[in-house]
Parts: sequence; C-alpha cells; structure tokens
Amino acid sequence: MTGGDRWEALPPELRLSEKIIRPSMTYLQDAWRRFRKNPTAMFGLVLVASIVLLALIGPAVSTHSYREQDLNRTNEPPGAEYIFGTDSLGRDLFVRVMTGGRISLLISFMATFISCAIGVVYGGLAGYSGGRTDNVMMRIVDIIWTIPLMLYAILLMMWLGTGLHNILIAIALVYWVNMARIVRGQVMNLKEQEFVLAALVQGASRWRILTRHLIPNSMGPILVTATMMIPGAVFTESFLSFIGLGISAPLASWGSLCSDSLGALRSYPYQLFFPAIFICAAMLGFNFVGDGLRDALDPRLRR
Amino acid sequence: MARFVISRVFSIALTLAVIVTLTFFMMHSIPGGPFAQDKEVPPEVLRVLEAKYRLDEPLYVQYANYVKGLLVWDLGPSFQKIGVSVNDIIKQSMPASAKLGAVTFVFVLLIGIPAGIFSAVKRDSFPDQAIRFMATLGQTIPSFVLATLLIYIFSSRLRIFPTFGLRTWKHFVLPAIALGGYSLSFVTRLVRSSMLEAMGQDYIRTARAKGVPEFQVFFKHALRNSLIPVVTYIGPLIATVITGSFVVEKVFAIPGMGKFFVDSITNRDYTVLMGLTILDAILLCAAILIVDLIYGLIDPRIRVDK
Repeated sequence: MTGGDRWEALPPELRLSEKIIRPSMTYLQDAWRRFRKNPTAMFGLVLVASIVLLALIGPAVSTHSYREQDLNRTNEPPGAEYIFGTDSLGRDLFVRVMTGGRISLLISFMATFISCAIGVVYGGLAGYSGGRTDNVMMRIVDIIWTIPLMLYAILLMMWLGTGLHNILIAIALVYWVNMARIVRGQVMNLKEQEFVLAALVQGASRWRILTRHLIPNSMGPILVTATMMIPGAVFTESFLSFIGLGISAPLASWGSLCSDSLGALRSYPYQLFFPAIFICAAMLGFNFVGDGLRDALDPRLRR
Repeated sequence: MARFVISRVFSIALTLAVIVTLTFFMMHSIPGGPFAQDKEVPPEVLRVLEAKYRLDEPLYVQYANYVKGLLVWDLGPSFQKIGVSVNDIIKQSMPASAKLGAVTFVFVLLIGIPAGIFSAVKRDSFPDQAIRFMATLGQTIPSFVLATLLIYIFSSRLRIFPTFGLRTWKHFVLPAIALGGYSLSFVTRLVRSSMLEAMGQDYIRTARAKGVPEFQVFFKHALRNSLIPVVTYIGPLIATVITGSFVVEKVFAIPGMGKFFVDSITNRDYTVLMGLTILDAILLCAAILIVDLIYGLIDPRIRVDK
C-alpha cells in the first residue's frame, strides 16, 4: 500500500479481488462439465435418449397396436402406412420394434438397478467388515465369478419359466458380482481415511458410516459400472429371447423380434434389420456413455 | 510355486462342486418335472417312467447317484431321446464344436493381435481410426445378429459361402466370424491399449536412448509386455465362444454341443442340459486354471501378490 497507513481500508473495487468469482461446483456438476466436452460421450447420450424417447412415444402416436393383426397385409415391405413394414401375421413392425424397445429397455434398467443394489450392499458389507467375513463373502463371489454366467441365466430361466418378471430376476441374480467386487475395493480403500475415523469418533454407527460416508464416496465407480451393465443386460435379454427363453408372443422384445424374423430371412430381411439396428444402436450408445462417464467421473480410471 | 498351483487347483475344484450341486438341484426342482407334457400323462405311465429313470428315489439319493456317475464320467440317459445317453450326445456333438471353437480361437488371435499392434504403431492414422471403428462396432453387434446378417449377405445374396454344415473350409468362414466377432474386437482393443501403455514406460525410453532400432523397440521390448493381458483374456474368450456357439450353431445348423444345448432347452431334456452345462463349466474352469498357471509362470509378480 502506498503511504504510511497499512491499516487503511481497501477501495471497494479491490475488495472483491479476494472473492472466488467462479461458482463452486459439486462433484456431479464438475463431472457433467467434463462429460459435455467429450463428443463421443455426447453422441452416445443423444443416441440413448432418442431410442428411449422413440420407444416411449412410438407406440402411443402410432395408429396400430403391437398385437393387431391384418392377415390381408402380411410381410409387407416398409412403406407409407407401415414405415417398417409388417410381419408374417400382418402386425405393424414399427410399433412392435418400439414396444419391444420398451420391454428390452425396461428389463435392462430394472435388472441393472436390482443387481446394483445387491452388489453395492454385498460389496459394501464385505469391504467394511473385513477379516473373516470379507474372506468368506469374497470367496463366494470368486466362485460365482468363475461360473459361466450366461449358462446360469439360462438355467435360471428354465427354473423360473419364461416371462417378463423372470427375465428380470434371472439377469439381476446373475450379474451383481462385478458390482460387489468394485464396491468392496472402493470401501476397502476409503475406510482407512480420516473422515471415517472422524465419523466414528462422533459416534456414528457402522451402518451410518457405510450408507452415509463410504457408499456415497464410491458413487463414481458405481455409476460407471452400472452404465456398463446396461448394454450387458440388453444383450443378455435379447440372447435369452432369441433362444426362446424370454418374452413370449404377442409381446415382443428386440431379441424375440430378431428370432421371429429368422424363418423368412431370405425373403423379408428387413424384419431382422430393424430390431437388430436398434439393439446395436442401444449397445453402442450405452457403451459410449459409460466410457464418457468413466473419464468424467474418475480421470484416474482412464485407460 | 507349488503352493500357488495347489491353491488354484483347490479353488477350481470347489467351484466345480458348487456348479454341479447348483445345476442338479435347480434342474430337479423345476415345477412340472421332465415328463410334464401338453397332454395329460396317465399316472401309471408317469410312475413307470419315474421308476425307470430312478426319479422316485429321495432327492439326496439321486444326487449321490449323479455325483457317483459324474466321477466315472457317466452323465445318465437322455429324458427325451429313448436309448440315448448324454455321453452319446456329447461324443457325437463334441468334434464339430471343438473344430469350430479351435478355428475361431486361432482366427481371433491371428487377426486380433496383429491388428492391435498395427493400430498402436500407426497411432491416429487413418488405418488406426478404421480399425478402432470396426472394433467398437464389433463389440456392439450380438453374435446372433452377426450370424444372421452374414448368412443373409454372403450366402443368400452373394452366394460366396454355404449356409449350413461343416464339410469344407468354406463352411467355417461365416460361423467363425460370427462366433469370434466380439472377441476379435476385444482382443484388438486390448492389444492396442496395452501396447500404447507399454510404449509410455521408462524402459522404452531407455531402449531408445541406447539406440535400439525402432522396429526392435516395438516388437522386442513393448510387444512382449503388452501380450500379457491377452493371456488373461483366454478364459473369457473360451466362455464367449461356448455361449456364442449356442446361437451360432443353431443358426448355421452345425450339429455341435451348442445346438444340442438349445434343442434340449426347447425339448426340456433336463439331463442333457445338465450334462452340457457341467461339461461347459469344466472346460471353462480348466481354461481358467491353465491361464492362471501360465500367468504365474510368465509374470512372477502375480505369485508374490497372492
């Protein structure tokens, strides 16, 4: 400062120089900022969003229903009235692909959600308990990990019988192990840190520490793993439906639509193309979003 | 090393025991039983059938019998095909599956590894971008879609390759691509990224500073380390080939184990399904065990860690 008085008040315009102008960002805002800058990830997000929107709106705006048959107009190629054509029973393929999308996506989201919940709780408990409990719990996970999981999804479907709920249960019951492993690793790392000790000193219960401190701090890897599980679930669902263990007629899923088209593939290939394109686009979109999320949420995980 | 081998063998044996038990009890608790059909089966017939296949004994006796049979590799009779045992079905279908699996395996490694190396060496060039695009695409197309698309394009339209069977080398081309497409993409990406990671290591800089020619830096120093992750992928690769073969063999009408597996699902032939599941699990576990051992041999750090 010029002059002798070191205690003179700053002029008003300089007073603001100490203030942090940029608004502070939460973890998720920061991640979203990074995510937005990634063109592949944004492309994936747009792809996923448009597929979800189409599946939600498609059946509602169409004048046909997924089960309505028109036996005079079977196997019609794509045209003005039926934009994706009709199938062997004269059902509108566009509505069927969109309804199938609803079901495939619903199963994938729900199955992922359930298996995430199982995996997070299981992995969290194993990681936080440590010692012998952890050892036994992770041994079980190791064994399930070695089992060819698709085989078990198939056996579970045989056991439960076909149908929407059962597919959900089969996928959810089989694919939670990956999540359990990741959450356990995260919790193992975090539980040694000071903030856990601080919470413990303040008298927080073990359950509170796990649910309020450890799991929220592992949210990044959990989200990334969950996003990566969705395309896996789309694939498993369509695979099961394709070999005849999934959704049964007149309902449809992308996999069962592919399977239905096989008989007349040579003459009416478009009946395969449309559901197949949607499966591929959904898998691609979710994979891109997952990759983008991984880069955005945890730069250390970047490969 | 001996301790490492013993602990791995033990954990694989435990896994197999769990698989056998789980499969057995799941298959035996399916509501309706194996002889439930659309039309009512008279109770007397049902009783005779159950006595013939020893299904009238208590469950734990059946389980003990099954495990005893398994130890001498006797998987019991088929429930649907009269006079045919599960062993017969495996003996009859194994060669086709094994041939196709081996061809696919070689195809994936023979194309995937060079493609990955090339992509890493020519980083960010046009060929690299093309390879990466193909690899991303290959990972999103399910095997059943790929199989049917290949049949439509190359068999129905262009008529270059035959649609079904496994008689000449031409018969192998399309099924191997359909079966290996996903793994091929995965291996390519894996080799590329681990090659690039190896290129960033200090010992590469040392090698360059010593004046080692660039060609040798790539193929002697970087490649050797970047192939280790590929060895780890062999287990999952066999798993994808096994499960992929369910649809690929069905679509291409190849009389292999995958086709019998899917057929036994539709026929509700529980013993065949059980036998094939257990066989697949044994194959996979053996592969994982071999990979673990190789891994322990080539990378001593693994042994120390465990």
